Amino acid sequence: MSTLAARQLVIDIPEREDGTPLDFTIQPGEIWAILGPNGAGKTTLLHTLAGLKAPRKGEVALNDQSLNQLRRKQIAREIAVVFQERQDGFPATVLETVLIGRHPYMAPWDVETAEDLELARAALERTQLSALEDRLVSTLSGGERQRLALATALCQQPAIWLADEPGNHLDLRHQVEAMKLFANEADVGRAVLLCLHDLNLAARWCTHILLLYPDGRACWGAADKMLERSALEKLYRQQLTETQVDGRRYFVPATDRIDD
Amino acid sequence: MAAVEALRRRSVPLLFLSAASLFCIALSVTVGSVAISASDLWAVLSGGGEPLHQTLIMELRLPRSLAAFATGGLLAVAGALMQVLLRNPLADPYVLGLSGGAAVAALLSMLSGLPPFIVSIAAFGGALGSAVLVFGLSHGRGSWTTTRLLLTGVVVSSGWGAVITFMLAVGPTEQLPGMLYWLMGDLAYARSPWPALIILALTSIILLPLGRSLNVLARGPMQAAALGVAVRPLEWSIYGSASLLTASAVTTAGSIGFIGLVVPHMLRLVLGNDQRLILPAAALTGGALLVLADTLARTIIAPEQLPAGVITALLGVPTFLYLLYRSR
Repeated sequence: MSTLAARQLVIDIPEREDGTPLDFTIQPGEIWAILGPNGAGKTTLLHTLAGLKAPRKGEVALNDQSLNQLRRKQIAREIAVVFQERQDGFPATVLETVLIGRHPYMAPWDVETAEDLELARAALERTQLSALEDRLVSTLSGGERQRLALATALCQQPAIWLADEPGNHLDLRHQVEAMKLFANEADVGRAVLLCLHDLNLAARWCTHILLLYPDGRACWGAADKMLERSALEKLYRQQLTETQVDGRRYFVPATDRIDD
Repeated sequence: MAAVEALRRRSVPLLFLSAASLFCIALSVTVGSVAISASDLWAVLSGGGEPLHQTLIMELRLPRSLAAFATGGLLAVAGALMQVLLRNPLADPYVLGLSGGAAVAALLSMLSGLPPFIVSIAAFGGALGSAVLVFGLSHGRGSWTTTRLLLTGVVVSSGWGAVITFMLAVGPTEQLPGMLYWLMGDLAYARSPWPALIILALTSIILLPLGRSLNVLARGPMQAAALGVAVRPLEWSIYGSASLLTASAVTTAGSIGFIGLVVPHMLRLVLGNDQRLILPAAALTGGALLVLADTLARTIIAPEQLPAGVITALLGVPTFLYLLYRSR
């Protein structure tokens, strides 16, 4: 059970005004979505929250301790990051790739134990990749690689998930499977934060929403309050049509763009 | 059980490579102007044998063979490290201008008529100087990236290349053969093998526990940091140790090409890409290959000797192309 908090946080995007200092806490069991148009700084915010990029102002606190005071290894035992872009580096198999999720828990001389292998195989199972265990990563499809990244993070057993566009390259079913995975993680007390482009995934699965505007302004709160059609239209500068299915709100782009 | 299995998976190839290395060294000390049989070799090693054999083995062939082994090992490990650091399969120990810096300093001291001992020290200083220069330049105002490091290294290397060509052009004719042999890499001038061997052993021991972190780093600095690797300190120590390894190799035998580029790749094609296995395997394979190459270099057209660097390239190119062609 861990919390991740932004305290008067201003992310560092060159030549941009400070905008709204971010001040929120992600509690165990919550699923947050960061929504915003291209270039709003969603990825920069995610990397800043993970401690991978220094903020311009303010700080990020993991369990009330500033990330600056923690060693990378301690952070990695709590926070897993699923990146939007990945480097393949040198050839590696699917199983080898998942196993590196155990790295934060191992001393330099340790070799992977049976338990590590079990965790890795369980992570592959949960992402429907078991059959591909011995395949080289370079031979996988985009969607399979995306699931492999999720599996690696699962194997890391984080208390906090930070995932950048986890639905990228995934087909409809696997998008839903991925969101279910996050929901299950939240159910067992993990905190989840996702950068999303799909409003409807956010509306269906997330408990909290943060809207990030290209000029640095931001607002955040409970999902049902934040998902207002007019706010979203301003955010994306795109007219939306709102509908209700089974009592839930969904948003579909209308054809005309708003000119401001 | 998995741990035991993993250890066994790693120790089998390493045991095989150790045996092969010993065999290569034994072979190299028995071959030459005076052939020595296996039984004579054994007699010398157990403290007896004929005085001629003793001198040949203990004072001439074994030190040279060990120097070749150390140099090859240093280069192969340095190459493997550079490839991980720069995440670029084309990287070799010399990619950041180390051999150029060493060569310029060594040739300068040859031209000044300094004794061989000073030439070695100059080469060592030149290599490390070039490493510091490239690192400093690519560091710029605090944000070096691997692309920038690579590009700086390549440009500095070609700068050294121009200086070397200039020195060869204006150097006195009688010094040219010595200078050329140095540039091609030659073990005939290798003195005591011990400094190189000790550096190889020490860095191997220091690097082994970093193997898994290197595996993670190979997936990119962001991913590595997210998995708990302190990326900058790790990159600095790789850069520093690879430079030290290369400088020692260049000091021992001049710039021997190809081993540092090709041995890590050959091993990756055969053994996979776990640095915990690749690094020690590179030390053994690089060493054994250079011992073989040097043995060939001094026997093929005996009593004339070829620079070992020529043989490493002539043997390495087809072997590597074959492995690459056969691989997935």
